[in-house]
Amino acid sequence: MAILSKDEAQQILKKVIGFSKADGIEATLNGNDSGNIRYARNSVSTSGEESNVSLGVNSYFGKKSGTATINEFDDASLEKVVRRSEELAQLAPENPEFMEPLSQQTYMETKTFFDSTAKITPEYRAQAAANSINPAAAKDITAAGYLTNNRGFSSVMNSKGLFAYSQATSVDFTVTMRTNDGTGSGWVTRSFNDVSKLNTAEASKVAIDKALQSRNAKAVEPGKYTVILEPAAAGDLIGLMFFGMNARQADEGRSFMSKKGGGTKLGEKIVDERVNIYTDPQNEDVPAAGWSNNGLARKKMDIIKNGVVTNLFYDRYWASQKNVEPVPFPGNRIMQGGNASLEDMIKDTKKGILVTRFWYIRPVDPQTLLYTGLTRDGTFFIENGKIKHPVKNFRFNESPIIMLNNLETLGKQVRVGNGEGFGAPSLIPYMKIRDFTFTSLSDAV
Amino acid sequence: MKRRDFIQLAGAGAGAMMIPFASFANVVDPSRFLEPLLDTKQKKQLADVALNAAKSMGATYTDVRIGRYLNQFVTTREKKAQNIVNTESFGVGIRVIVNGTWGFAASNNVTADGIKKTTERAVAIAKANSKFQKEPVKLAATPSYGEVSWKTPIVKNGFEVPVKDKVDLLLSANAKAMEKGANFVNSIMFLVNEQKYFASSEGSYIDQDIHRTWPNFNVNAVDRATGQFKSRPAFSAPVGMGYEYLDGKAEDKIQGPGGIILYGKSYDIVEDAAMAAEQVKQMIAAKSVEPGKYDLVLEPSHLWLTIHESVGHPTELDRVLGYEANFAGTSFLTLDKWKAGNFNFGSKHVNIVADKTQVGSLGAVGYDDEGVKCKKWDLIKDGVLVNYQAIRDQVNIIGQRESHGCCYSQSWSDVQFQRMANVSLQPGKESLTPDQIIAGVEKGIYIVKDGSFSIDQQRYNFQFGGVLFFEIKNGKIAGMLKDVAYQANTQEFWNSCAQVCDERDYRLNGAFNDGKGQPSQSNAVSHGSATARFNGVNVINTGRTI
Repeated sequence: MAILSKDEAQQILKKVIGFSKADGIEATLNGNDSGNIRYARNSVSTSGEESNVSLGVNSYFGKKSGTATINEFDDASLEKVVRRSEELAQLAPENPEFMEPLSQQTYMETKTFFDSTAKITPEYRAQAAANSINPAAAKDITAAGYLTNNRGFSSVMNSKGLFAYSQATSVDFTVTMRTNDGTGSGWVTRSFNDVSKLNTAEASKVAIDKALQSRNAKAVEPGKYTVILEPAAAGDLIGLMFFGMNARQADEGRSFMSKKGGGTKLGEKIVDERVNIYTDPQNEDVPAAGWSNNGLARKKMDIIKNGVVTNLFYDRYWASQKNVEPVPFPGNRIMQGGNASLEDMIKDTKKGILVTRFWYIRPVDPQTLLYTGLTRDGTFFIENGKIKHPVKNFRFNESPIIMLNNLETLGKQVRVGNGEGFGAPSLIPYMKIRDFTFTSLSDAV
Repeated sequence: MKRRDFIQLAGAGAGAMMIPFASFANVVDPSRFLEPLLDTKQKKQLADVALNAAKSMGATYTDVRIGRYLNQFVTTREKKAQNIVNTESFGVGIRVIVNGTWGFAASNNVTADGIKKTTERAVAIAKANSKFQKEPVKLAATPSYGEVSWKTPIVKNGFEVPVKDKVDLLLSANAKAMEKGANFVNSIMFLVNEQKYFASSEGSYIDQDIHRTWPNFNVNAVDRATGQFKSRPAFSAPVGMGYEYLDGKAEDKIQGPGGIILYGKSYDIVEDAAMAAEQVKQMIAAKSVEPGKYDLVLEPSHLWLTIHESVGHPTELDRVLGYEANFAGTSFLTLDKWKAGNFNFGSKHVNIVADKTQVGSLGAVGYDDEGVKCKKWDLIKDGVLVNYQAIRDQVNIIGQRESHGCCYSQSWSDVQFQRMANVSLQPGKESLTPDQIIAGVEKGIYIVKDGSFSIDQQRYNFQFGGVLFFEIKNGKIAGMLKDVAYQANTQEFWNSCAQVCDERDYRLNGAFNDGKGQPSQSNAVSHGSATARFNGVNVINTGRTI
């Protein structure tokens, strides 16, 4: 039941719309099947599956709206949920920011669903974990990892004639490899829509190598350093920058995108001119749905072009106030890369730090988009073009805006998987940054 | 709540409020909240379907959680009621042990047939994984309680309070803040009711009704000329209470240092909004801090988060053992430090307890999510590490026979695991007030309310901000500071604890959304303390230009 086809979803939603006696109605029907496996101490710990489907109905009279949901789909239940949402709408206070639903939109076709991923079984997950644990155990390393797979559908229909439907699959894998003497730790992340691209043995080897190389790290004085950021590290900070690019907050003067004296930084150069960041739902490496939650179409769009802010995100209400087209929050983010390989970037570095990932990144000052966090699972000192030795982890205090102004070199793009959850889904290049601010040392491994 | 959701919502802007929806929560008519879906007899019958099915398929242990999770969010900004959202999530989660291995499956199909199929999936998962199992599960014994129930001792059920009353209260607070010169204000009333039924193959059938309440706001000041903006959140705490928390009784108001008003067991949102509007303007005009060493005087509305991150998490046994190594991390409080029996976690003033029974706290329940009766126990005694937080399948590793009763799942759809109990710093035994502490500080900062926070994966190195920072010079408050954050090593910090106020100053604060696990789950937890002093802590200046 959890996954309905386009026709099945459309049939149910048509019935729902047909029951409406309100000024208008919008109904959403979503379902999901997911599974996961966790392992730690070189053994499986917990794992599970979840299945859920739900119908939400929003009816409105003027600017008063009410929402009700149900998970039964016979005609009587569908009518009941429509009546209930209408009763609730009549009781609700007027919302001056209420927007009537959209009329039919045109959406891009995007390839987000793969049969291979939809067919994942508990046996597949158990074997994927074993392929990660066995090579670790052979090298006196302890593996802790997580694999999760999802298949789901989303659909929406309203009384203005809009209907949208999409399906998606995804698989996300992370593993942390720790040496049994407790002095080394490595990590890797992989994220795909198509599970046939995932090889947990290959990924685990990357983390095992990092764990072995990062043993017995030396302390280096904190301060400003040239850093080479792996895509997972830079991706988290760029993802956080996206979350702060809301137009209304910028217009209201309470965002790093607000301009001193009034207005926003839209159209202004805020970072190095080699920085180009955009969204494209049809990108094959990191595809996204062609529509956002309320049926707004997503399209290919520049966010930062040659260092200049070209788009902020407008919800429909704020767009109507500002007389602009609404801009939905992107389904993916892509930063243009360069040709340099990681080896090239290391070779060209006189003195610097190679960072695998950041951890526990939290905002310090929204005015300057200052974040703090720490390096984790593989941090190395580079001298005269070579990796010299692992270093103890650093705490940083840095803003992605300052970071992207201090850009030195862009490397190859990689799809960033889930770390702390800020980076995905995105395609981010390796990048070399000068004067990155580390403020203290951590003993954590 | 998933971290990504948290950031997306929080990232809507400095002034925007967070609305943490449970995944797959449905939106419902509030009148439905007052109708029971199933009575305990029906729940027992359904639970028995899973218990019997699992046994026949070879499970040596099974537990069933039939859960109905209700949330209500009322959100407003300035003069507008923005949104009234009622969500309901109902389903069943079934956990089994087969061949010494856990299996779990969940479904929103709560019928005898749906439960049977879900049980089959849980058993299939356990069997698939058991091929690679190297550490068979060992459960600590727990008594069979038969049919029992527990309810949060609330006075007023928030779900029975008309939505209009909540909207009116929030709009009054907003109006007061605007009247006092705020540029923007967002406010929210967030209510939670967990109706949880637990049954196990060991003969416990436990019905619980849990309530939590959290009124909150952000009052913003914007100085367009200089491009500065600041946000002052409410001085409320999320609580394990009903709507009586909004009574704002005179006896629960506390006059704090620096002319501030703090709140105890009830909260006056309108008064606090007025105070916030005044303070947020002062926050912009405040002096930027000179970095260096300071004696910090930390108010309970701030210190709770430092306790949470630097004591609560590293004393979780699953972290110590490596079960969370791939996400939240491990812990510097390794087993050898505990076994030594003299590991100097903090100064002699540091006494910290874990407690799942404290009235009014977010973590208080009668029984945890694997049917263990809840209790209170010591973690740090006179500065020494004495125990961890552990559940049934791990407590044997530290040679103990009894689970600590701190197993929790955020929903029927997620597997239960070790979660933090309320972890609190005990008040000092000698008579001492915050004003008396401040009078003894030569160069210091008095910090009120939690702000920015970050800590490493083994909980050594942390950095905390705050909301209000008052400079202390020669025993007196000398105006407000800004751009303050302190960085320290956990053990050094707790050893620098020089004074803790007495029980008159003890208050609870906490969070609805402590994240841990994969998939990430939220846990609501309170932390109590009295105002405390920490000597010679490193303070950095966080001011930047972009």
